[in-house]
Amino acid sequence: MRNTFSETLYECAKADPKIYIVVADISPAGSMANFQAEYPERFINVGVAEQVMIGMAAGLALKGCRPFAYTIATFSLYRPFEMIRDDLGYQNLPVTVVGMGSGVVYSTLGGTHHAMEDIAVAGAIPNMQIIAPCDPLEASDATRHCATQNQGPIYLRLGKAGEPVLTKDAIAPFIFGKLRYLRIGTDICILSYGVIMKMAIVIAEKLQSSGKSVSVVSCHTLKPLDREGIGEVLHTHRQVIVLEEHVPQGGLASQTKQIAWDIRAQCELHTFTLKDEFIHNYGTYDELLASHGLSVDRILSAIR
Amino acid sequence: MSNKAGTDAESARTRCNRFRRRILDISQQVSALHIGSAYSCAEIVDAIYFELMRRDATGNSPDTFLMSKGHGCMIQYVILEEMGVLSRHDMDRYCKAGGRLGCHPDYGNPGIAASTGALGHGLSMGLGMAYAEKTCGKEGVIYCVVSDGEVQEGSTWEATMMASSLGISNLVAFMDNNDFQSLGRTSVTHPSFYPVVEKYTSFGWESVQVDGHDSAAIANAVKSRKGDRPLMVVCKTTKGKGVSYMENIPIWHYRSPNVEEYKQAISELEQALQ
Repeated sequence: MRNTFSETLYECAKADPKIYIVVADISPAGSMANFQAEYPERFINVGVAEQVMIGMAAGLALKGCRPFAYTIATFSLYRPFEMIRDDLGYQNLPVTVVGMGSGVVYSTLGGTHHAMEDIAVAGAIPNMQIIAPCDPLEASDATRHCATQNQGPIYLRLGKAGEPVLTKDAIAPFIFGKLRYLRIGTDICILSYGVIMKMAIVIAEKLQSSGKSVSVVSCHTLKPLDREGIGEVLHTHRQVIVLEEHVPQGGLASQTKQIAWDIRAQCELHTFTLKDEFIHNYGTYDELLASHGLSVDRILSAIR
Repeated sequence: MSNKAGTDAESARTRCNRFRRRILDISQQVSALHIGSAYSCAEIVDAIYFELMRRDATGNSPDTFLMSKGHGCMIQYVILEEMGVLSRHDMDRYCKAGGRLGCHPDYGNPGIAASTGALGHGLSMGLGMAYAEKTCGKEGVIYCVVSDGEVQEGSTWEATMMASSLGISNLVAFMDNNDFQSLGRTSVTHPSFYPVVEKYTSFGWESVQVDGHDSAAIANAVKSRKGDRPLMVVCKTTKGKGVSYMENIPIWHYRSPNVEEYKQAISELEQALQ
């Protein structure tokens, strides 16, 4: 995702001189290095100083520019939270705050580097929009949307590098604010977003191999959430599974439960999230997820 | 393009007296309006609007003013009212239902370039604006008033470091250095805050100290700058300046005078003009 984000942003910046990127001492890999080399005036490295990263981005936007603020998710969203709330949210400025390595992607860096509650934090801010693509292709579509919109601030939640392509054969295109069906079935629907979508696909395939007809939906836009689309999912499947790499509160799972209550959904609804606990152990990304109960086998046994 | 509104020392003194009087009148509409903070920076904001910001024949300016110490915005409001940017209607509804002006400036209101009030935001936004002006081939200067209290915010120092590192020369900041905060004199509670001119100089800024109630000195500090780097004008001011019982008394950071206090303040302002 990191590379396709950089490539897409670089392409957009070629066409639009109003695009700036403000980074906080994060290495400009891939196309980001090209951006820096070709448009040095539009590539600003503030150093390890995330508050001025957001403040500068706000000032640029107030003068008509279209800035991206870019660093690791915990530092781009949590450290300068008040600047994001007041400078971007309150003033409703078209600034994209990019959270790299969200969720527990940086599995061995420890809890200080895990963005486990970022959807809840960003989503609590009025005017803030949230996009969390599930693969490099969707990251490219999301970046292009961010680079061309004027509606207000966006938190763009990314993984890191090396995620598999999952949406190449998606039956629907990326449309901001709309659910995206990657495959359509009639029995079970899995709602997910972000890097953990890879696990959702594996679960879907295992269910299909046991004779189930399974939908898989990318809820890439967490805010504004496609409530109507989720309502339709809840009405048209007998079992709905929400899988997300986020604490239970304030994410897709809790919002889906709220929608299910509001529309008096009759389906079976299972939600699988990170626990409301910090992670103090280390290991691979999959091992950290498993330590919070998120593994293919655990989920399959829970829903059967 | 001009920045002249007939500003000399006497007319600036008269204007600032009038602005203080207007703020006093508005103070009788509400229980609190940060009167001491507005009086503290009256001459600074007046000099920015009437001596420094350029304007074309239609009143538009390529320059931008940010009241980073947003709680002092009453002085900005009354100046904008005098300039015809804000209306009497707006001022009559200050902090009232149906009004659009509150205790801190809101982006979107006439004459307000950014929302401030939470301290430590303005200098970073001003830096972003100055950088945009520079890289978009424009010539706008960003004028930003910060309080001495908010210079204690880490974010202010992040912006301070970045402004000079980026070679910004179109950012001019004024520190309203009244040496007063909620819990006492800054020089007592945080003696390491000083010397502050030297701190800015060591961060790559040009920095000078002036009498913050001397309009000519404030304007001259900007006009005589070298202009190859950001400028911080440290303005030595008195909180509540102009009304004896308000000066250097922390309660007047916030509250409005009662009727008797109002009358005394009016009397003192009238005497000051004689």
